[in-house]
Amino acid sequence: MLRFLRESTAIAQVELLKLVRDPTEMFSRAVQPVLWLTVFGQVLAHVHGIYTGEIGYLAFITPGILAQSVLFSAIFYGIAVIWERDLGVVHKLLVSPALRNSLVFGKAISAGFRGLVQAVVIYGIALAMHITLRLEPQAILGVLAAVLLGSGLFSTFSLIIACIVKTRERFMGIGQVLTMPLFFASSAIYPLELMPGWLRIVARLNPLTYLVDVLRGLMIVGGVSMHGLGVDFAILLAIFVVFLLVAVRLYPTLVE
Amino acid sequence: MKEQAVKAAGERGTGEAAVRTIGLTRLFGSLAAVDHVDLVIPYGEIFGLLGANGAGKSTLIKMLTTLLPPTSGHAQVGGFDIVGAPALVRGRIGYVPQLLSADGALTGYENLLLSAKLYGLPREERHDRIEEALDFMGLADSAKRLAKTYSGGMIRRLELAQAMLHRPAILFLDEPTIGLDPVARHVVWERLRELRSSYGMTVLITTHDMEEAETLCGELAIMHGGRIAVIGKPLELRTGLGPTASLNDVFAHYAGGGISDGGDFSGAVRTRRTARRLG
Repeated sequence: MLRFLRESTAIAQVELLKLVRDPTEMFSRAVQPVLWLTVFGQVLAHVHGIYTGEIGYLAFITPGILAQSVLFSAIFYGIAVIWERDLGVVHKLLVSPALRNSLVFGKAISAGFRGLVQAVVIYGIALAMHITLRLEPQAILGVLAAVLLGSGLFSTFSLIIACIVKTRERFMGIGQVLTMPLFFASSAIYPLELMPGWLRIVARLNPLTYLVDVLRGLMIVGGVSMHGLGVDFAILLAIFVVFLLVAVRLYPTLVE
Repeated sequence: MKEQAVKAAGERGTGEAAVRTIGLTRLFGSLAAVDHVDLVIPYGEIFGLLGANGAGKSTLIKMLTTLLPPTSGHAQVGGFDIVGAPALVRGRIGYVPQLLSADGALTGYENLLLSAKLYGLPREERHDRIEEALDFMGLADSAKRLAKTYSGGMIRRLELAQAMLHRPAILFLDEPTIGLDPVARHVVWERLRELRSSYGMTVLITTHDMEEAETLCGELAIMHGGRIAVIGKPLELRTGLGPTASLNDVFAHYAGGGISDGGDFSGAVRTRRTARRLG
């Protein structure tokens, strides 16, 4: 266990160091959630086209936009892995005696750092827009934990896709095909109740729905988790573990 | 230095040879990339693996470094079976891929620190071992610079420092001097010779450079069509072909002679990318 932690931490530390040295990607990725909240959210809030109960529409979509940012930044993580493979970095990692699961878990944790930066950005925007957020430490810690878990889950999913498709060109195509359906077939920007029956079933199979749900329950004043925080976290954790197990098996095939 | 050589020897497994393969084969569909290769590399040897593009060198190296499972046959590296005990094999080898794999966004020291952690070097030994490896490779003054500011030769030496950090019994080097200028190439050769003499390391190197093969390697194998076409000392191979034969003649004779259609598109892209990164 100590070995697993040491090796995972080593991989994650390197990624964190690189992120701190070159935060360009973080800032560029922050543009999209700003637009969703300030343009899309503001317009829909004025139209009153979507009933969101006691809480306003802007507050309703804020956790959804955070979940979307987590998804969008994590889902293309596989491209970086394919790039590392092309540079021989993956070969070098796999030739080391480090455990395969620590390498994959370390990658997932480092994706989590990127998610945390997104969370900080969205908290900042939401506060500036006077959206009423829960600021108790336990609520914020819960949000950060969910963001870490969600980032890890989607980045590991991305790693699995990378191991299957193996080239950047194919990955870009698959990534584009996956992100929008995952986003729109979730409760990120409208409640599940507004969806037709078939889409509701798809949404219930979509991990993003549970990430949105846990964030909605923890992030905004008056927000309610439909499934319960425990259920949301348990489902996300279970999917993450399954993805990790699959990714550990597939990661070595990337260099074959 | 004697003590260091003993430490390197202590990493060895129980086998008599550093590398021993019996009928090692790897099929891709119906194509035999490596076809029943029998090879014995003694400890302490600098062994050169030559062959045209697509001859099977990289596939063989991938199998010996546990990156690719063989279709059939057996291989022991450092005394351990590559299929039965891959983790033990990995602990006894160092690897420098053909591509420049040092992380340019990290300093030289940080690159080595990552390796030290992944290879499980004890915390209290890490700093000294990293300093020693950097010093050995002539990079002590550049340790705090980002690797992306290094010259091509420096990056190669940094990668060698990474590969030797845990004092492996066997080093696998896939075309380590490709794209380097003559001065940088000679520096790398000198370091490899020192690695063998000071640390007792066995080196398996793939190359297309006949000068490198002739001056650096004690023994050579030329691969053709996935098989070992010939094996021997450079001088023996030359004299075996004729009194005036050069190693280029030997290569042309055993590696097919004609224009090679071997290799694949991605291999060519990799080579060009490495050359471009080296400037």
